[in-house]
Amino acid sequence: MAVRNAPLTAKLTVQVSNGYHVNSNAPADEYLIPLKLTWDESALKAVETAYPKPELVNYSFSPKPLSVYSGQFDIVTRFQVPSGAALGPSVLVGKLRYQACNDSMCLPPKVVQVKLLIDIRTQ
Amino acid sequence: MKTEGFMKFTTWATITAAAAICLLLAACGVSENATHEASMLDKDRKNAPEFALRDVNGATVRLSDYRGKVVLLNFWATWCDPCRVEIPWFIEFEQKNKDRGFAVIGISMDEQGWKVVRPFLAQMKVNYRNVVGTDMLAQLYGGVESLPTTFLIDREGRVASGHLGLVSKSVYQNEIQELLSAPPGKSGIPSLPGVQPVTAGSN
Repeated sequence: MAVRNAPLTAKLTVQVSNGYHVNSNAPADEYLIPLKLTWDESALKAVETAYPKPELVNYSFSPKPLSVYSGQFDIVTRFQVPSGAALGPSVLVGKLRYQACNDSMCLPPKVVQVKLLIDIRTQ
Repeated sequence: MKTEGFMKFTTWATITAAAAICLLLAACGVSENATHEASMLDKDRKNAPEFALRDVNGATVRLSDYRGKVVLLNFWATWCDPCRVEIPWFIEFEQKNKDRGFAVIGISMDEQGWKVVRPFLAQMKVNYRNVVGTDMLAQLYGGVESLPTTFLIDREGRVASGHLGLVSKSVYQNEIQELLSAPPGKSGIPSLPGVQPVTAGSN
């Protein structure tokens, strides 16, 4: 439930398959593709997206530690519900871009769509 | 709960909305331990698919132009860290063996094309030819679902081995020496009936 003129927090829990990692939202190298969650324009305004603290992991293929996520982690987005937001059900649509590798190979970058059903009320 | 492809997420009607997705990367068709090596006996080798793509200078690179040479064909991308391990090896292989009938051709699968590939090649001081690949070319070479993917092509234009993922330098060295030592075949790269070369412009 979302309330007019109040913040709304959306938590996205991501599970990366065992043996794989994805680049964090701020990889150290300019050529690496960062994890990035974006939200389409909607009645709600995305104020801030917070990513977890990345792991710095040494891999045999890299001379320096890489900033990555593996296993399960959460991405939290804070929305603001405008005072004039239309009441009733609504859908927030987001896109998560990521690029995954394991110890010896990388998969092409991908974008997955996420949808969040909300119900906007007066209170 | 809703599911879209390999992604699932859940919502709760509370003041704190929550969603969960699951990135099932293994569902992309590449298993966790998918690194493999495949060397083919001479009698089992098949023709390497022909292509004609532009290099960094705009010149056309045709695989058939390399008839009579051993070719290391490497699919890579700037965002692929394991690929970067191999690039200095390939620079060395090119330098040491180019006068013996050997060449490396890099095929970048970067979506952004030359915009990112050009500076990367300069930064890495790459001494062998590179092209920007296409999905069609990747399909012709078996899909190339992960990088690096590397093929060694014999002097007759046939795929002698394929490697998915990072493998040891010595594996390549041994295979290159073996192919260079083999007596040159009588034929060049045979044409593929009904298959047009993959082409693309330089961007």
